[in-house]
Amino acid sequence: MIWNDEFERLPREALESLQAKRLQQVAERVYATVPFYKQQFDKAGVKPEKIKSLDDLRRLPFTLKQDMRDNYPYGLFAKPLDQIVRIHASSGTTGKPTVVGYTKRDIENWTELMARSFTAAGANRGDILHNAYGYGLFTGGLGAHYGAEKIGASVIPMSGGNTKKQLMIMQDFGSTVLTCTPSYSLYLAEAAAEEGLDIRKFKLRIGILGAEPWSEKLRNEIEEKVGIKAIDIYGLSEILGPGVGVECIEAQSGLHIWEDHFIPEIIDPISGESLPDGEQGELVITTITKEGIPMIRYRTRDITRIIAEPCICGRTHRRLERMCGRSDDMLIIRGVNVYPSQIESVLMDIEGVEPHYMLIVDREGTLDTLEVQVEVNEQTFSDEIKVLQGLSRRIEKEIKDLLGISCRIRLVEPKTIARSEGKAQRVIDNRPK
Amino acid sequence: MKVEQISIFIENKSGRLAEVARVLGEKGVNIRALSLADTSDFGILRLLVDNTDIAQTTLKENGFTVNKTEVVAVEVPDEPGGLCNILQVLDDAQVNVEYMYAFVERNAGNAVIIFRFDDVDNAIAVLNEKGVSILSGEKLYSL
Repeated sequence: MIWNDEFERLPREALESLQAKRLQQVAERVYATVPFYKQQFDKAGVKPEKIKSLDDLRRLPFTLKQDMRDNYPYGLFAKPLDQIVRIHASSGTTGKPTVVGYTKRDIENWTELMARSFTAAGANRGDILHNAYGYGLFTGGLGAHYGAEKIGASVIPMSGGNTKKQLMIMQDFGSTVLTCTPSYSLYLAEAAAEEGLDIRKFKLRIGILGAEPWSEKLRNEIEEKVGIKAIDIYGLSEILGPGVGVECIEAQSGLHIWEDHFIPEIIDPISGESLPDGEQGELVITTITKEGIPMIRYRTRDITRIIAEPCICGRTHRRLERMCGRSDDMLIIRGVNVYPSQIESVLMDIEGVEPHYMLIVDREGTLDTLEVQVEVNEQTFSDEIKVLQGLSRRIEKEIKDLLGISCRIRLVEPKTIARSEGKAQRVIDNRPK
Repeated sequence: MKVEQISIFIENKSGRLAEVARVLGEKGVNIRALSLADTSDFGILRLLVDNTDIAQTTLKENGFTVNKTEVVAVEVPDEPGGLCNILQVLDDAQVNVEYMYAFVERNAGNAVIIFRFDDVDNAIAVLNEKGVSILSGEKLYSL
C-alpha cells in the first residue's frame, strides 16, 4: 500500500528537479535568516544563488551536532518563536541537549511522512497501534502518534516504561501494531514470558522499530520471539524525528528515505569526501522543506550506504541500507574499526545465545582490550565446564574471524545485562581519553 | 539407579553462592552434597538435594540458570584404596568420567562418590557387573 502515490512514485527525473529547486530555496532562506549559516557559507566562499543543481550541494559546508550545541537553544532557528508551534530536544546525555523547533507546516509534513512510513510498513486504518516510544522532549512518541492518527489507526499513547501495564493493555486492547525500539520489543517478549504469557499469541502483527541500530539477525530473533513482522524505521530529531526513512513491508530491505523532503549523501567520515551510491560511509542529510530549523548537510554520524536500485514496491525514493552503527559508536580497537552491531550478528549466529550483550573496552598498558559479556541461558548452560569454555572459545574465534581482533568472552548470569526501554547501551569504554 | 543432580551457573561475584543457599534454605530444601567447579569468571555449582523439583523451580524463580543432570552415587568403604578400586573398574571397562566429587557417610563409615559419566547407562552396567554398590536417590537423600 502507498499513502501518497503521486510523490512516493514520482519519476526520478521529476524528483531530482524538485530536490534541486527546493535546495536552492533552502540555501537562500538559511543564508538570509540564520546568522550561523551566513557565516559558514561566507567562510566556504559560496553564495546561495550559485546553488543551482544537486551537484552544487557539495560546495556547502557541513553542519555538526556541535554547531547545534554552540547555538543552544534557538540560534539555528530560521523562524521567530511566534511561528514555532512545537519544541523537541535530544536527551543531552553527552552535553547540552540539541533543540529543534517545528512550525505548523513542519508538523504537517512530519505527520505526512510518518503516515507514508506507517503505510509502507503495512499499517492501516484498521490497526490498533500501541505506541511505546517515549512521549515528551524525545521525538519518537509524538512523531509516531500524529502519523498514526493521520492514517486513521486507533492509537494507544502508551509511552515508554511500565512494562507490565504495557503487556496488559496490549493483550486486553488487542494491539496489532507495536512501535518502540527493537531492544524493547524483545524485552516485552521476555517480560511476557515471565508473567506466563506468550506474546506471540497476542494480536500483534507488525512492529515498527527504530531509534537504535540493529542487525538482521536481531530482526529474525524479534520476528520469532514477538511473533511479528519487524520493520525498521529511521529518524533523528535534528532532521525531523522518526519517519525520515522506513522499510517497505514488500521488500523489508533498506529504508526508503523521503527524497522530496531530504537529500541524502554518503561521505567518508574521516576525510569528508563524498562517496558514490553503494559505498558505505557516514550519512549526511540536507532538509529541503523544513521551516523551523533547516539543516544543511547535517552529519548524522550514522553509517550506511545508499541503495540506488529500484525497489519491488514501486517507490522511487532511494533506500538506505539498515544502519550499521554510528561513527561515534564506532570503536577503534587496536586500530580496527568495530561496530557493536557486528558483534551482535556474530552472537545471533550462535544457536541459543541471548541477543543481550555488553562490550567493555579498556586499556592495559598500551594495548586495548575488549571484553564481550554474554548471558548464559538454559539452552547454553551445561553442568560441564568444558562445554561453557567451548562456547566462549567459539564466540571468541568467530569474532576474531570476522573482525581480526581477539577479545575476552565473559559469560554472565541471565538477565544481568540491563534491558533498555529506550536506546540500548551496548558499550562501556573505560579507556583513558 | 541414577540420581538427579541440579547444576547452577554462578558468576564470580560476592554473595551469589550465599544467595543460592538462602533461597533453598527458605524453601526448606536440604543440600545433601555439593561441588563447586570454578573458572576465573564463573562457577558451576552442583547439588544433590532432598527435593530436586522444588530446588529447581525456586532457583529459576530467583533468576538463576539451572539444569538437571543424571549422576551415579557409588558407595565404597572409607579406607585407603577404596577409591582406587572403583576407578580401576571404570578404567578397565574404558568408561569415561566427566567429573566426580565425594563425601563421607556419617554413620556407615562408607564414602559416597558422585560420578558424572558421558554414558550413564553403560557405566551403571559395568558397576553392577562388578558388584559395586550404587545408591538410589531415596537412600542418598535420607543419609
